[in-house]
Amino acid sequence: MTSDSTSKTPIIEIRNVTKIYGSDVKAVDNVSLEVNRGEFFALLGPSGCGKTTLLRMLAGFETPTEGAVIIDGQNMGDVQANRRPVNMVFQSYAVFPHMSVAQNVGYGLKIDRVPRKEINKRVEEALDLVKLGGLGNRMPDELSGGQRQRVALARALVKRPSVLLLDEPLSALDAKLREAMQLELVRLQKTVGITFVIVTHDQAEALSMANRIAVMEAGVVRQVAGPNELYEHPTSRFVADFIGQINMFEGTASTAGDGKVKVGTSAFNEAVLSGTATGKVAIAVRPEKVSISRDKPSDTGTIAARGRMTDIAYYGGFSNVFVDIGADTPVLAEVSNSGRNVGPGYTQGEEVWVSFKPENTLLFDH
Amino acid sequence: MRFMSRLFSRRPKSDIGLLDYHRRLWLQVTVALTLIFLYAPILTLMAFSFNDSKRNIVWRGFTLKYYEKAAGNAELMEAFLNSLTIAFVSTIMSVILGALTAYVLWRFRFPGRTIFEGITALPVVIPEICMGVALMVFFARTGFNTGTWIWPFNLSAITIAHIAFSFPFAAIVIRARLESFNRELAESAKDLGASEFQVFRDIIVPHMKPGLIAGALLAFTLSLDDFVITFFTSGPNTLTFPVKIYSMVRFSVTPEVNAASTILIIITVIITALALRLQNRNNMLQAG
Repeated sequence: MTSDSTSKTPIIEIRNVTKIYGSDVKAVDNVSLEVNRGEFFALLGPSGCGKTTLLRMLAGFETPTEGAVIIDGQNMGDVQANRRPVNMVFQSYAVFPHMSVAQNVGYGLKIDRVPRKEINKRVEEALDLVKLGGLGNRMPDELSGGQRQRVALARALVKRPSVLLLDEPLSALDAKLREAMQLELVRLQKTVGITFVIVTHDQAEALSMANRIAVMEAGVVRQVAGPNELYEHPTSRFVADFIGQINMFEGTASTAGDGKVKVGTSAFNEAVLSGTATGKVAIAVRPEKVSISRDKPSDTGTIAARGRMTDIAYYGGFSNVFVDIGADTPVLAEVSNSGRNVGPGYTQGEEVWVSFKPENTLLFDH
Repeated sequence: MRFMSRLFSRRPKSDIGLLDYHRRLWLQVTVALTLIFLYAPILTLMAFSFNDSKRNIVWRGFTLKYYEKAAGNAELMEAFLNSLTIAFVSTIMSVILGALTAYVLWRFRFPGRTIFEGITALPVVIPEICMGVALMVFFARTGFNTGTWIWPFNLSAITIAHIAFSFPFAAIVIRARLESFNRELAESAKDLGASEFQVFRDIIVPHMKPGLIAGALLAFTLSLDDFVITFFTSGPNTLTFPVKIYSMVRFSVTPEVNAASTILIIITVIITALALRLQNRNNMLQAG
């Protein structure tokens, strides 16, 4: 983890943090992370991986069993949740039902004894920022789910925290609204310049919004990288599998010299890939990097196999094509529907060639 | 489908629909009987308070003289005032104690919590007669003889007894209300800078409000019409309304008793209606 070229200190440092519930349930296991100033950072992982526990330790609702949390250069060890320079948007939004929108947004400022006049001004600014201008007098039960979420956002942002924490903020919204809110959160983050840390189990959400993503599994951080790096160069099978879809072909590798290995699999021709792993390995390739053709691809080095097209799943803009090449699982190829046909113009049951370029593959050892 | 068709073929010849159960005769009869046994005695009692006769048997014409007589009965009026005073103080104390008990039980985990919760609920299940005797012995043994004190302090013992048996009811109602509280609301307030007390005052108490109102209503009616426990803890100078009525009935059930009871019923109904309205408004505000 390198800080950016301006050599600013990271806004959040998580140092060897472990959280044990009861006597032996390790929710977070020796995690160390740094979040840079002004970054949109995502904690991504399946449910129960410890990402929410980690976020709650940043907010101050949980105390680490071991390790330290440092925010803005200050150790948060003895700092209570109500004294931390962070604010949180909760999964249920937690909008106070007995307060109007303006009272909700102004609550934190009122607690801080900000003068009445300034509260009104800042509340209005915050509501404009989240496009809720003029709705200050509404009660929460008169708002839609999306609007309530904006109230929660405004309420957290109005306090001008160093870090905004978001716990699965979009999970309760329907698909269309979620997509719109993703774009809007990114826009908002750029406007206010505050560091955002978001927890999500939705990999598409993390990829589209975050500058950097930490992928977690069973309390451990598997990889921290930018979205493109994470998708194209996952360092472990878990990350490769969790982010997007991927084909895996088991095989054996032997050294071919010059930083290359020869990999033999049951269905494909021998592939020459860059890598050092030998013995039992797996070649992995993303579905959109797999091509389908009637004739055998002629490019040298291309990895190809012949098989029978078993299923076509049509999604409108693209289709997922399954080809049985005699391996354990069928090959999944994502085909863009640039014409108006369903799928690539082949019929189910047809014999086709699947192929992909060696530079688009990933090599995992066991 | 076969199940459905069998269900329909077995249906009686009538055209009463499956969910039209309110049109079935046996149900109508049950409802009518229930209502008669519930309300006929009360309505009769109220009607005969206007009867122009010393006996409560035959209707002899309309009069308000028994209301005048009841109002002129100094002892009855004193008992009435005593009852209202006791109920008022007991309600406030019960709601405060009940709310704090409920909050502690809901908010914190501590050793012996389950036992504590069980003990608090005990007065709800203990027979009143046992509690009455126990409290009487307690006050006598400790020499807490407040009957001779100046009004309203001569009611202290009764009031304490009333608080003791009604605050658990309030606690149970408020505890039930707290169960529906979204803890993220409290965390959110804390996140925005609120202290533990500010969270309680600004977020939790507003949520508890319907429970507080229901608990208060319960405590008030429990106290106002309590006879058994009051009977054991009251002295000759500290009559309450139910105890006084009991002593009047021992001679004969005069329309005066009816008149006094009618007033008690009306007061209870008005207070209940007010509380329900308050609660409904609250629920409407908190919906969603």
